Amino acid sequence: MTQQETPAGAVVVPRSVSTTDRFGILSRSTLLRHTLLALIGFGLFLALVEVMSDIHLSVWVTPIAYTVCAAAGLTVLVGLTGQISLGNGAFMMVGAYTVALLLEHWQSSHGNLQLIPVLLAAAAVSALFGLVVGLAAARLRGPYLAGATLAFAIGLPQIVNYSHLANTLGGNNGISVTPPNPPSSFDLYQWQAILCGISAIVILWVLANITKSRLGRSMRAVRDDEIAASLCGLSVARVQVFAFIVSAACAGVGGGLLALVRLVAGPGAFGLALSLSLLAAVVFGGLGSLAGAVYGSILVIMLPLWSDDVSSALSIHSGKVTNNLPLLVYGVVLALAMLVFPGGLQGAVIKLRRLVVSAVRR
Amino acid sequence: MFRFLNLTLSGVSNGMIYAAVALALVLIWRATRIVNFAQGAMLMFTTFIAWDLSQQHNVNYWVCLIVAVVAGLILGGVTERLLVRPVENGPPLNAVIVTLGLFIFLQGLAGAIWGNAQAHSYPPAYSIIGYKVGDRTLLFAPNDLYIVIAVAVILVALYLMFNRTPVGLRMRASAFAPEVARLLGVGVGRLLTVGWALAAGVGAVAGILAAGTQPGYVAPTGYFDALLVYGFTAAVLGGLDSSVGAVVGGLLLGVLLSYGDGYIDNNIEGIYALLILIGVLMIRPSGLFARRSVRRV
Amino acid sequence: MTRPRYRVAALGAVLALGLAACGGSSSGGSKSSSSGTTKGNTTGVTATTITIGSTQPLTGIAAPGYSEIAPAAKAMFDYINAQGGVNGRKIIYKYLDDAYNPTETVTKTQQLILQDKVFGIFNGLGTPTHLKVVQFLNQQKVPDVFVASGCLCWDNVSQYPFTFGWQPDYTVEGKILGNYIKQKFAGQKVAYFYQDDDFGQNGVKGLDMEIPSSQVVSKQPYQLTNINIQSQVQKLQSSGAKVVVSFSVPAFTALLKLNMLKAGYNPTLVVSDVGSDPLTLSGLLEAFAKQGGAKVQGNQLIQGIITDGYLPPWGDTGNSWIQLFKKVHDQYDAKAPMDGNVEYGFAVAYTFAEALAKAGKDVTRENFVKAIEAGLDPGAGLVPFRYSSSSHAGFTGVQVGVIHGTTIVLQGQPQTTDDGSGGITDYTQTQSQAPANGVPTG
Repeated sequence: MTQQETPAGAVVVPRSVSTTDRFGILSRSTLLRHTLLALIGFGLFLALVEVMSDIHLSVWVTPIAYTVCAAAGLTVLVGLTGQISLGNGAFMMVGAYTVALLLEHWQSSHGNLQLIPVLLAAAAVSALFGLVVGLAAARLRGPYLAGATLAFAIGLPQIVNYSHLANTLGGNNGISVTPPNPPSSFDLYQWQAILCGISAIVILWVLANITKSRLGRSMRAVRDDEIAASLCGLSVARVQVFAFIVSAACAGVGGGLLALVRLVAGPGAFGLALSLSLLAAVVFGGLGSLAGAVYGSILVIMLPLWSDDVSSALSIHSGKVTNNLPLLVYGVVLALAMLVFPGGLQGAVIKLRRLVVSAVRR
Repeated sequence: MFRFLNLTLSGVSNGMIYAAVALALVLIWRATRIVNFAQGAMLMFTTFIAWDLSQQHNVNYWVCLIVAVVAGLILGGVTERLLVRPVENGPPLNAVIVTLGLFIFLQGLAGAIWGNAQAHSYPPAYSIIGYKVGDRTLLFAPNDLYIVIAVAVILVALYLMFNRTPVGLRMRASAFAPEVARLLGVGVGRLLTVGWALAAGVGAVAGILAAGTQPGYVAPTGYFDALLVYGFTAAVLGGLDSSVGAVVGGLLLGVLLSYGDGYIDNNIEGIYALLILIGVLMIRPSGLFARRSVRRV
Repeated sequence: MTRPRYRVAALGAVLALGLAACGGSSSGGSKSSSSGTTKGNTTGVTATTITIGSTQPLTGIAAPGYSEIAPAAKAMFDYINAQGGVNGRKIIYKYLDDAYNPTETVTKTQQLILQDKVFGIFNGLGTPTHLKVVQFLNQQKVPDVFVASGCLCWDNVSQYPFTFGWQPDYTVEGKILGNYIKQKFAGQKVAYFYQDDDFGQNGVKGLDMEIPSSQVVSKQPYQLTNINIQSQVQKLQSSGAKVVVSFSVPAFTALLKLNMLKAGYNPTLVVSDVGSDPLTLSGLLEAFAKQGGAKVQGNQLIQGIITDGYLPPWGDTGNSWIQLFKKVHDQYDAKAPMDGNVEYGFAVAYTFAEALAKAGKDVTRENFVKAIEAGLDPGAGLVPFRYSSSSHAGFTGVQVGVIHGTTIVLQGQPQTTDDGSGGITDYTQTQSQAPANGVPTG
């Protein structure tokens, strides 16, 4: 809220509805503001889908969109509650397999409407896993939590090979996914992009509202000083577990969308590398920042695709180097971020904005 | 019964490798209260260096081992001085992220230098054919005996160093009470660097020992990621503060995983480790050999 | 953070414009147009070139050995291109790494079809990997030829009309190996070790058709992601089997041999052709030959392994195909070892060129498929192909062999059979001669 400067001792006159504030009701109702932004964002996204070619939709836009789902959840978890999770790739896997199994066993005649409950189910099942992990994690701090989620990220994908479950879960080769056909007026790749885009926008909207709400403030309080927070009456454990549940649900939706687009849910896509790249994404973008989650998702999807071009530009002709360039970059990003740019890209953007604003004001 | 014996023996030799990794993690924890998530990648990298020498240039096993240890010392020292020093006293989250960054970077670097094929084998030091008992073969070979002895020697050497030498005393002081140590003229920073270097050296040995047990272990990703998790679990099992705990934790973990593989299903070893880790963290978070109680809120 | 949401919207707008600028300027059309609709689909074909794509395990657990195949095929294409190509067209071969990971295979295949607009997919490697793209390729009516896998699944004319196998399928191989074991190791206990997917399972099916079930005492599957197979080897050992048949990729054959060595277990080993290349296995095992003090030689570990083959061995220098392959190797793939994988690459590339020549100057996706169905000469193969309008399976059989030194020494005669209850017959006809310049005539 903008502040009115008042001379000392003067009575503060409450602001009336539409005096100096250009946006009126929008500046007072967070929910409305977010909804309007979501609609604008969706409009822009539709325009984007119209203009871009199929291959770019399939290789850039759609993967970025479903990665945003998972990254946004992770940035809220790490940034707002200070709990580091290396296991969100595993939550994505839970979502993917939920979608795959549901579509395999539930024959529906409702076409694409079926996807709504299916994706919600993916979110719900992942949320359940998030609850379990969150409960186990509530007693853990810092490195212990990181280690436990690391063990989770490496261990969970192995479940598909457990002899008693291997048949249902398809083993190493995974389960093929047969999504309903796109609506007749849409090209397949446009449809996939729209589906992922809507999901990403919805998730960003939900998380933006949580962040700005009392719940968001509770999360930050718990992150900054647990003892003070619990003295204020917050249930630290409950807030932390809730954050895990939310982040797992978001990752589950992201994973479910991945399965729908790639037509397969297999353990190969959900290894440790995925969890680490999600972490690199949110650190790059700025922990706790939803815009940062978008930047980070762009980074992790585009970087492997750009590696080829970057290598040629640098006259590197080794396939080995090109393949590993993204990893090298993620590593540098993570190290640099903590040492030099703790706020990530969004932090830099904010700093830049302040610099510009204060320079303009002078 | 014989099967049980075999499973136990192979669990012991695997467990000693986990113990070595756990020792490296414990060393760093005791020195700087940081868990080095890059430990698995660091020992993977030093093992690759040794592999390059051994398989591409036909260098003798023992020379390669020394080179790996030296490379580890350098890698550990440089990491502490450059990457970890700035975040040592900050929030733990920062240190976790920095070490994870190093983890990813080293994987990328190893892949860029040596490629990502999971095709590399590393020679064992001694025969891998198990000892014979009558007409049956034990799942325990001269190479496994070497692994057990090597880690035991490291443990004893560390113990002696920490408890009987002036350097060791200074290191313990630097970790326990850095301000007081500084006042007494101890170069705390330098000793922390030494601590990290030592830990990486121990890790390098663990990597060489592990690599010689199976073809295909020497790869940028795969086995050494799991080794980090197992080492961490072993360290937590024994108590992150205790070196002896690390070894006991490693042995216990190795044997339990072996039983899981042998009697239940050998495809879900990572899940056994996960369950053991969660179990320990729930029931006795400070580990079996806890020295101080855990802060409860 | 006062007004971050505006930032998101602004950023979204900037991004949208930015990406649109990049994306809109390229191909633009969202549907791939097929030129020449009156004659057939000629995507990927120009007057002077034809472009094909593939997904290969250049990294990962299946890379040992298999990563040599695509460069070898490319070398054969380069050799043919240097002689003027086929019907005046040069063959451009683009292969991408999928690390034997089915999810990656899907992504890379989509890239090849949508972005690179290849004429067809050639020699896509792997059973679990290719199974994930075969439906897509047939829906898109893209030729999917000479899949590098012996799964029976590729021979499905009604469902997959554009897909063709090449190597003998695993059930055929299993039957012939099983028959050999039945005769040479009558009455002895036999156990199986196999990859737990269609590759291994198809092989086991063939074995079971020949080896009496009373002889089979244990069947141990393995997962590609788990190199700890101690448990399976323990069970094989305690079953007392004197013969172990393995349908495994080279890395796992090496693991099997090594674990058996550790356990002091030394049965006769019979290995599928896909996992038995001696040079590859020696490479994987040689580190274990270098240990201080012990007398284990890497190469010794693989002597006497029974396997099979369907191409002439490198040592058969009088064979016109080997002479051709040697020339191609020395000129275009000299760094690669002269092993089974490289020979495979040369041979399958030649078959592609042969099909291309047969399709004629006006090649389209449809008439290319018809050309293969009209039947192809087996080229370097020791047995004929099965291609016809009712079958898209490749080689009809194999010849049993034994590893001696660094090569496989073939025994007896090549034999042919089918996937079902057909008998096993010897094949005695001689091979055709390789063309002098390596370019097949139509």
